[in-house]
Amino acid sequence: MVKKKSDMFEETLKKLQELVEKLEKGDLPLEEAMECFSEGIRIAQFCHNKLEEAENKVQMLLKDQQGGWASAPFEVVNTNADEQGK
Amino acid sequence: MHIGDESGILTVSKLNQQVKMLLEAKFPFVWVKGEISNFRVPASGHFYFTLKDAKSQINAVFFRAQNRFLRFLPESGMQVICQARLSVYEPRGEYQIIVEVMEPLGVGELQLAFEALKRKLDAEGLFDPARKKILPLCPQNICLITSKSGAAIRDILKVLQRSPYPVTVTLFPVAVQGNEARIEIAQAIESANMLTWRHEWDVVIVGRGGGSLEDLWSFNEEIVARAISGSLIPVISAVGHEIDFTIADMAADLRLPTPTAAAEWVVKRLEQFHRELHGGRDRMVEVMKTRLENLGLRIQYLERRITHPKRRLESMRLTLDDRLERLRLAIERSLEKTRIRHAHLGQRLLYLNPEANILRCRAQLDRLCKEFALHHHRILDGYRLRFEHYSSRLEALSPLSVLLRGYSITYRAVDKKVIRSYTETGPGDRVLVHLANGLLECLVDKAQDVQTEKER
Repeated sequence: MVKKKSDMFEETLKKLQELVEKLEKGDLPLEEAMECFSEGIRIAQFCHNKLEEAENKVQMLLKDQQGGWASAPFEVVNTNADEQGK
Repeated sequence: MHIGDESGILTVSKLNQQVKMLLEAKFPFVWVKGEISNFRVPASGHFYFTLKDAKSQINAVFFRAQNRFLRFLPESGMQVICQARLSVYEPRGEYQIIVEVMEPLGVGELQLAFEALKRKLDAEGLFDPARKKILPLCPQNICLITSKSGAAIRDILKVLQRSPYPVTVTLFPVAVQGNEARIEIAQAIESANMLTWRHEWDVVIVGRGGGSLEDLWSFNEEIVARAISGSLIPVISAVGHEIDFTIADMAADLRLPTPTAAAEWVVKRLEQFHRELHGGRDRMVEVMKTRLENLGLRIQYLERRITHPKRRLESMRLTLDDRLERLRLAIERSLEKTRIRHAHLGQRLLYLNPEANILRCRAQLDRLCKEFALHHHRILDGYRLRFEHYSSRLEALSPLSVLLRGYSITYRAVDKKVIRSYTETGPGDRVLVHLANGLLECLVDKAQDVQTEKER
């Protein structure tokens, strides 16, 4: 099963925290510390990129005649009728 | 009284107490419907009324702590359904119901259905906290199930668009009230789970704005609760209502009171994620920077301590020269000192030479010897002269010389004592007369003094 993105973030953040704590202990040999560091930077960057990739988009999924799903742009309908359903 | 106790006769208090215990144990919880009459509200804010139907009536109390949640004001003549406990007011021997929940009749039936469903699903474990899915740390991709024209979507988009974090919202437009609503909502949740492989939704928000109990009823439907609980994507319920939880709320992984609150939760979550991510990265960079700086400083320090061997040789050569020079100086100084000391001692030696002294002493000795010899003769001569003088004087004093001149010495023969006076002897004594050249033994004839003789 493909790993879900949310799990990925979860793991990544946990990993980052572990790396930070490891580095903060300060007893790592320098090479290992450098590895830790670049790993940390890599995953932080990765997360950051993932976040940047996200776009501000609002869409609507509608079922078409064939029973498939099609996305359609969504505009806020300015109606005063509160909670009128469809 | 004793008789009473023994024969099983009760006091009034005892009776009321037992009735109270019995009733409260038997009817801890009842649903009862009827018409309100004689409704009154004293200053305490508690509601007092009678509940009646065609044949019977019962006193009722609805305490302030519970009745303040009511969405309508009860009045006499109103048909209601109540959830209540049965209780006896002992001082007056009256029994009454204590109302916990009251609904206008009709809605009250919905409430009953609600309670029944809630118990059923609860028994199935649908609301078990252990079943709740973990909510995403970074909810960026949101599946929204609500009306496309309701307040919910507008409120949510308003909050999300104000936040600095990009979020993708995909809307499943559904009816949120009416007969079809429950089916549309449940199907949308299932569809979202089917389509998420493509859309990768982090979270589903299902909800609507506030409304009456009937308006919100689809969120109390079993099919919706089951869809929510069966979803693999975490579900947040956001039904705008203030008092009770809906069944959907209880089945959801997180319940928020309004759609706006759901959107705010998303933003807060993203904010926290960003903060943690950047915080972690910054801390890591800081730690590494500090460590590298420290290493750099150490290297610099060690570098400064390393010197080229040539420079060390030079330095050693200089040191050697310096030491040699100091050695030479030291020896010279020491020699000089010894030399001076030697000269000084020589002079002192010269000064202390005893030869002159010896000569001088010898001369003195000679002189003294001569003087001594001289004096010696002179003293001897002197002594000799004095000797001769004294011996001639001695000679002159000798009794012998006196005897020579005719004098004699008379001794008593008895004791050889010299007789100096006539009194020392008498006639008939033998005396010895010593002359210069001999001895006479004489016999005293007469002893008298010289004057007597002359006188005669």
